[in-house]
Amino acid sequence: MTMLVTGASGMLGTGVARALVARGESVRTLQRRPSGVPGVEDVPGSLTDPAAVADAVDGADAVVHLAAKVSLAGDPDEFTAVNVDGTRTLLDAAERAGVRRFVQVSSPSVAHAGTSLVGVGAGPADPERARGEYARTKAVSELLALARDGAGSDGGLRVVAVRPHIVWGPGDTQLVERVVDRASSGRLPLLGHGAALIDTTFLDNAADGIVAALDRLDDTPEAVHGRAYVITNGEPRPVADLLAGICRAAGVEPPRWRVPAGLARVAGGAVEAVWRVRPGTDEPPMTRFLAEQLSTAHWFDQRETWADLRWRPAVSIDEGLRRLAAYYGGTAP
Amino acid sequence: MTLRPASTVPPDLPGLESRFSHVRGDWHYLDNGAELSAHGIEPVGTVLAVHGNPTWSYLWRDLIETLTERAIETSAAVGEYPDGVRGAWRVVAVDQLEMGLSARTGRRRTLADRVADLSAFTADLGLDGPVVTLGHDWGGVVSLGWAVDHPDRLAGVALLNTAVHQPDDVAIPAPLRLALARGVHRWGTRTTRAFLETTLGLARPRLDRDVADAYRLPYRSADDRDGIEQFVADIPAAPDHVSRPELDRIADGVAALDVPALLLWGAHDPVFSDRYLDDLLRRLPHAGVHRFEDAGHLIAEDVDYAGPVLSWLGSAAAVPEGSGGDAFTGPGGPSTSGTTSPPEPSGTTASSTAPDSTEFRPIWAGLDERAADPVSRTDQAVLDLTATGAGRFVSWGALDRQVRRLAAGLHEIGVRRGDRVSLLVRPGPTLTALVYACLRIGAVVVVADAGLGLRGLTRAQRGAWPQYLIGQTTALAAARAAGWPGVRIAVDPLDPVRRRALGVDHELIDVARAGEGLELPPEPGPDDDAAVLFTSGSTGPAKGVLYTHRRLSALRDVLAEHFAVGPDTGLVTGFAPFALLGPALGTRSVTPDMDVSAPRTLTARAVADAVKATDARMVFLSPAAILHVVDTADRLTAVDREALGRVETFLSTGAPIGAALLEAAQSLMPAAEAHTPYGMTECLLVTDITLAGIRDAAGAPDTGVCVGRPIVDPADGGVLISALDDDGAATGPPSADPGALGEVLVSAPHLKERYDRRWLTDVAAERDTPPGHWHRTGDVGHLDDAGRLWIEGRLAHVLTTSAGPLAPVGPEQSIERVDGVRRAAVVGVGPAGVQQAVAVVEPERASGRVRPGLAPEALDAAVRESSSVPPAAVLVVPEMPTDVRHNSKIDRARLADWASGVLAGGRVTAP
Repeated sequence: MTMLVTGASGMLGTGVARALVARGESVRTLQRRPSGVPGVEDVPGSLTDPAAVADAVDGADAVVHLAAKVSLAGDPDEFTAVNVDGTRTLLDAAERAGVRRFVQVSSPSVAHAGTSLVGVGAGPADPERARGEYARTKAVSELLALARDGAGSDGGLRVVAVRPHIVWGPGDTQLVERVVDRASSGRLPLLGHGAALIDTTFLDNAADGIVAALDRLDDTPEAVHGRAYVITNGEPRPVADLLAGICRAAGVEPPRWRVPAGLARVAGGAVEAVWRVRPGTDEPPMTRFLAEQLSTAHWFDQRETWADLRWRPAVSIDEGLRRLAAYYGGTAP
Repeated sequence: MTLRPASTVPPDLPGLESRFSHVRGDWHYLDNGAELSAHGIEPVGTVLAVHGNPTWSYLWRDLIETLTERAIETSAAVGEYPDGVRGAWRVVAVDQLEMGLSARTGRRRTLADRVADLSAFTADLGLDGPVVTLGHDWGGVVSLGWAVDHPDRLAGVALLNTAVHQPDDVAIPAPLRLALARGVHRWGTRTTRAFLETTLGLARPRLDRDVADAYRLPYRSADDRDGIEQFVADIPAAPDHVSRPELDRIADGVAALDVPALLLWGAHDPVFSDRYLDDLLRRLPHAGVHRFEDAGHLIAEDVDYAGPVLSWLGSAAAVPEGSGGDAFTGPGGPSTSGTTSPPEPSGTTASSTAPDSTEFRPIWAGLDERAADPVSRTDQAVLDLTATGAGRFVSWGALDRQVRRLAAGLHEIGVRRGDRVSLLVRPGPTLTALVYACLRIGAVVVVADAGLGLRGLTRAQRGAWPQYLIGQTTALAAARAAGWPGVRIAVDPLDPVRRRALGVDHELIDVARAGEGLELPPEPGPDDDAAVLFTSGSTGPAKGVLYTHRRLSALRDVLAEHFAVGPDTGLVTGFAPFALLGPALGTRSVTPDMDVSAPRTLTARAVADAVKATDARMVFLSPAAILHVVDTADRLTAVDREALGRVETFLSTGAPIGAALLEAAQSLMPAAEAHTPYGMTECLLVTDITLAGIRDAAGAPDTGVCVGRPIVDPADGGVLISALDDDGAATGPPSADPGALGEVLVSAPHLKERYDRRWLTDVAAERDTPPGHWHRTGDVGHLDDAGRLWIEGRLAHVLTTSAGPLAPVGPEQSIERVDGVRRAAVVGVGPAGVQQAVAVVEPERASGRVRPGLAPEALDAAVRESSSVPPAAVLVVPEMPTDVRHNSKIDRARLADWASGVLAGGRVTAP
């Protein structure tokens, strides 16, 4: 039985591919660069290339779709080409190839407008409300994927969407290393009072949760197919505590200076606009979306996820910080 | 001649479905009978509802909707039932003739006409089966008229603010006087909408515009308002009014009713004030009554009355289950005796719990015996060492004589069995004598602590509605200023000017003189009401708690037995409620030199002086007093220490206190066994634990405060736990199984009889309790393997996390062990069921200026390390918000709101 993991060169994709290999699955991956995961069959290629996609899907029984353009800013057309059109291409190919299980890896931002989220459930994806190109295109692609639930020649394609919230772990270039870089150069401010509770997900937990969703599509599909689940560590913490914990684990001094949240939001909007006009290689230091993410509460009701996926996060935040410290040589609680 | 025929309601009135609206002859009425039939439901009886002036049957829309819905739900659950579906009630709510959408006939109608009209209507409608009447305002009188005239059909009476009697010496309420005034009456009621609009304006909060418009609907033109004018004219304001004989007939008939009764009362009613509630209660002493403190005249708009009426109807125990055929015997209520069962001759009935195995001894028996014994007659009974008492000592003989004089004197000035007497007197021999005098003649003492403040006291006085108020000058001044009810009796002598200014009717010295040499009236029975004690108000608004004589005597007996109090014990009472029990226990009691309303004024020397003065072996102190006593221990002399060394028993009464403080207090009384019992106003002694017991419990793995084992024998009650469900609700069947976290249920012969005029609170406190007489305390905790009770907080403060309910006290204790933490509170943020635990910490004062917000790193780490549950966040505050009254209980609701705001990313201010 072959399983295709797209986007396996990213941190989470690597994690999922490793987890599947570790339990003896035959794993194929699709991404532009080599995945670097031992024991998988890499199919190099882009989602925007239908032939490569068809090759990758051919003979696969299950697909875990992680590949996406993930960025805080950028050209809207590029987001659409990869996240929306690419997903459609993959779904078409999967349907033709008789794939039975399809896990769409999504984001909680597809359902929320950037306001304070306190103990909320998953909610339906809504491109109209989603903030920023990433969230908007991920919302469209999640809807596309879930609409294919029950498709296929015999109606046998089953789809589930999984939305991990702020994934972090050793080797994480997206959040951890960016935070650490900026903190060490004194460019990481704390927004507001840093007290907003946010949910995050340790890498291994996110990978496990995705694999659990894949398994539930197999053993109890009636419970999960066609639905979307938010995945987190279930341990919301004040954003300042988390950032400080990450900094210490990486051996750098946590940030001390604060920017009022309202100002950051305004500044984020301005910076975002400038970056859009003059796209650079680096990402903007602050966007409106990020300012909102880091200054308002974002945490979720995990009861349904735990019950339906029959999964619980195995690595606590504190244990995650210890693993981070072991990797970067810093300190942890 | 009909000027305007009856009509049905338009289809779009808010909250009322037009399918319930019917016309029959001149009558418009709401009726769900057809609806029930269509569902194949045979109702168990009919609620006949009568509106007042100037409303109409629209008033009852929630009732008909609620009862119809419930009937359909119930029948769906139980299926068809030949003799009526239990819980299914037909509702017939009429518009009185000339009112609402009923016809305008041009006829003037007196009260007698209206009662006869209603009977004719129900006969015409063919209404059969049991009927419960329900009325509001003057509709209450009409509904009671129907009730009195149909005793064979009557299954119960329910009333919202109304009256059946107008004493000749009391003016009718001012708003009605105005409405009846010459020149105002017709203009105010008919020509203009003034009376209508004024009434609608009484709703608390204001009516929505569309609801107010619905009330106005039938009264748009002056002709439409004929009935309003007539109704006001028919108020029997004077003894010679044409409707007065009918009113008196109904009032007398009501007093003879023995069906279950329910009174739901809005306290803010300028027309039907508490005076009328009191009158109704005298006629229907068995009624369940709930007084809504914040509701007004339009109580049906102000609060959910339909739910309570439904639960009252539904608590009917007598509708047969399965067998069928038994007659319906009417609604019931909570198990508490006296609230819903028919009145029975006093002194002959059994209590609601199993009769005590021991014979009932009146509360004054100990005093009688000591005074009758020539040997002890001259011994000390009560000693007052406070500054105001100035070392007054009263012998058993003198106390007995004073009690008898006051008892007979109070009876002489008109105090009767069942009358309520509010005692606003500082603790001391006078208060002690007054309490026993009142109890002896069956007057019900009302005791509310001055600590409630003027506002709280006013609520208490209005709620209890005493007929007499006995007080010192400050209390009388407050009574005058705040309009507290009751004939005023001054404890202190007053000059005529002040006496008049304070509206004082009697001076206590005259009362006592009047009683000299008079025979005492017969004693009250064991199940007569004895006392209304107000709760402290620290866990919600102060509530009156009613004790009968039997239950008060049981309190004395449990104290005597559990703590081995005998005639020679001698009590030092630095805690007011127990000071009063000395004479009942037949032992001398002394109040140490202190300001009794401020426990922090008690010093160690004062305690020692009190012990020396009476050779007392037992000391009662409140937690606040203990703190100060321990702080002033360095002033004790060797003689003082020697005296304290003779103390055998020491009780901390009030809130349970920690081992350290108890140890410190006990070190002053090295020979004493230290106890810290757990109880509440509703049951003053539930469990007890000694210092040795606390030390023993310290090794247990349990969380919370160990308060020991139940004081009463298992046969007489005890403690059970109703386990919490995932929503944090105490829904588990009461059980003594160890380990389960749940609400603490208590039962004891000395448990309260019921709450005073809080029927709904009674229902809630007795919800799903075992047979007998039990009380839900609102505290949460668990029992351990050794049968000890551990208190873990208040039910209202339980967090509902995704791992289940979490009581705060356990984790708080673990956090308070961290160095530098003065106090900690664990509160929940987020929606019920997924709440996150947040630790809020108040650092020691010494730790410098504290900025509210996230805890500094080191403190955060220490708290996380120590806490028994992992908190989502650790916050600090310079000072915990506390409730106004105690300045010690943390206001968790406010703290949780604050933490929620901060952790949502909001502005960080002080809580």
